[in-house]
Amino acid sequence: MSAHFLTIEALKKIYPAAGDKANPPVFEDIHFHIDKGEFVCIIGHSGCGKTTILNVLAGLEEASAGTVIMDGREVRGPSLDRGVVFQSHALMPWMSVLGNVAFAVRSKWPDWSKDKVAAHCTQHLEMVGLGHAIHRKPAELSGGMKQRVGIARAFAIQPKMLLLDEPFGALDALTRGTIQDELLKIVQATHQTVFMITHDVDEAILLADKIVLMSNGPHAKIAEIVEITMPRSRTRAGIHHDPQYYRIRNHLVDFLVNRSKTYAGAEAEALHDAKQPPLVRPGLEAEEPTANIFVLPADKPAPQLKKVINQ
Amino acid sequence: MRSETLKAALISLLLFLIFIGAWHLATLPKKSTALAGADAEYAALMGKGAEKAGGFPPPAQVGQAFVTYLSDPFYDRGPNDKGVGIQLGHSLGRVALGFFLAVVIAVPLGFMIGMSPLLYKALDPFIQVLKPISPLAWMPLALYTLKDSNVSGIFVIFICSIWPMLINTAFGVAAVRRDWINVARTLEVKPLRKAFLVILPAAAPTILTGMRISMGIAWLVIVAAEMLVGGTGIGYFVWNEWNNLALPNVIFAVTMIGLVGMGLDMIFGRLQKLVTYKE
Repeated sequence: MSAHFLTIEALKKIYPAAGDKANPPVFEDIHFHIDKGEFVCIIGHSGCGKTTILNVLAGLEEASAGTVIMDGREVRGPSLDRGVVFQSHALMPWMSVLGNVAFAVRSKWPDWSKDKVAAHCTQHLEMVGLGHAIHRKPAELSGGMKQRVGIARAFAIQPKMLLLDEPFGALDALTRGTIQDELLKIVQATHQTVFMITHDVDEAILLADKIVLMSNGPHAKIAEIVEITMPRSRTRAGIHHDPQYYRIRNHLVDFLVNRSKTYAGAEAEALHDAKQPPLVRPGLEAEEPTANIFVLPADKPAPQLKKVINQ
Repeated sequence: MRSETLKAALISLLLFLIFIGAWHLATLPKKSTALAGADAEYAALMGKGAEKAGGFPPPAQVGQAFVTYLSDPFYDRGPNDKGVGIQLGHSLGRVALGFFLAVVIAVPLGFMIGMSPLLYKALDPFIQVLKPISPLAWMPLALYTLKDSNVSGIFVIFICSIWPMLINTAFGVAAVRRDWINVARTLEVKPLRKAFLVILPAAAPTILTGMRISMGIAWLVIVAAEMLVGGTGIGYFVWNEWNNLALPNVIFAVTMIGLVGMGLDMIFGRLQKLVTYKE
């Protein structure tokens, strides 16, 4: 297993309880791995511990049990090897946009000259389309622009791995779409290894190579890992013309709506091995038997289903 | 907006003029009615018939005090006769020194308390007991141990300025957004750099608020302290003029205390605006 870039083994988290009674673990027996250059999304209902897993990967939180090994080394504490994009963008409001990115760059390369830092920062801000706004304060930017700065800041330190905690959760749908496209372009160009939390099934399908599905907490586990078998060169505009897209989407939605709560309890444990979560390829699956489902695609009210997951 | 400011200024001026007018009317010299019936010689002995009527000084007389003192604020004719500029300078010097010492102690200590919940809990009972003590209550102890009235005055300013600054700094530091700390952590920022580039700017508005409150209190306290220890300063000046029964001078000094206090507050207001950030 050590051949993988990042390996997570038997990860478990119990939050201390307020009283004498011990809390059940939020998640346990989390095993999965990420290869170099892979884009992995994690999906699950609120309370399954996605953010905790990301924080453990970032080194901001400690797991109760289990290990995380990245690039042959155990993850202990935060590191410049892992860039984090926070959900709330977390820009320092007293610094300009350039100042925020420069703060990160100077942390990574303290002996760089002022000009070199500025050039490096400007280059990364131009990459996210903010070349014109580098001297503005975060308060003068829209939500989408702030999150772009957050992304530029994370990319600017050239981390071995990028961790994104629902980066587009607070954005409106149109802005989210544009930034998804930009992120997709940058990731495709840089072959960055990414681990991202999202609640948006479409976002996950568009961006990810693999989607990790988590069952409901407490005692959350990895239910299965969905491989996105569509070609990497997807775009937001063209993705829904691929027949695989609906198969994957239906699979994910079906999981979130119907199956995510069925992984707790003894009988599920007998059927499901959390150490080797099944890798499924719904995009390629059942070409012939399910073909008739798509005879009347109008009968598939996908948006309605989406409403259910967002409850 | 501009016209509103102008209107407000006009109303302020009007109120001031009404106040002066009322004051003037209230202190018009009364004709001495007691004089008629009484023995003229006795009346003269009691000062009744004299030109200078007793009682509260009229505005014109106070105005004269303003002119005399402000026309030559820096003269020095011995320990009991110094210009108001020199007296205010003494007071401001004491306040500045005591306040500076308080900043030097309170900001780093507040930083530590704010960073460490343990230290916060451990020091909290001391702060809670020491904070409500009137700074002047320290005066006997200060005089006894420091053996110098001037140093004691500075100590009193120090002890009264330290609490608001300490508490506000600790609160501001403890309330720095978790996200910013986490950004610094993931960037492996060194502790000192984190303190100066993340926590200090994040907490600066709260710290400055504490400083502004402290400065306000220090300026209140210095007058009382100087009345006690005497020698120099605007507080001593007020007390001295009271002993001379020179009420116009007292009123002049009181006005100056108010104006200087306003100036100090404005300076800190500016500083506060400078470090405040918009989220």
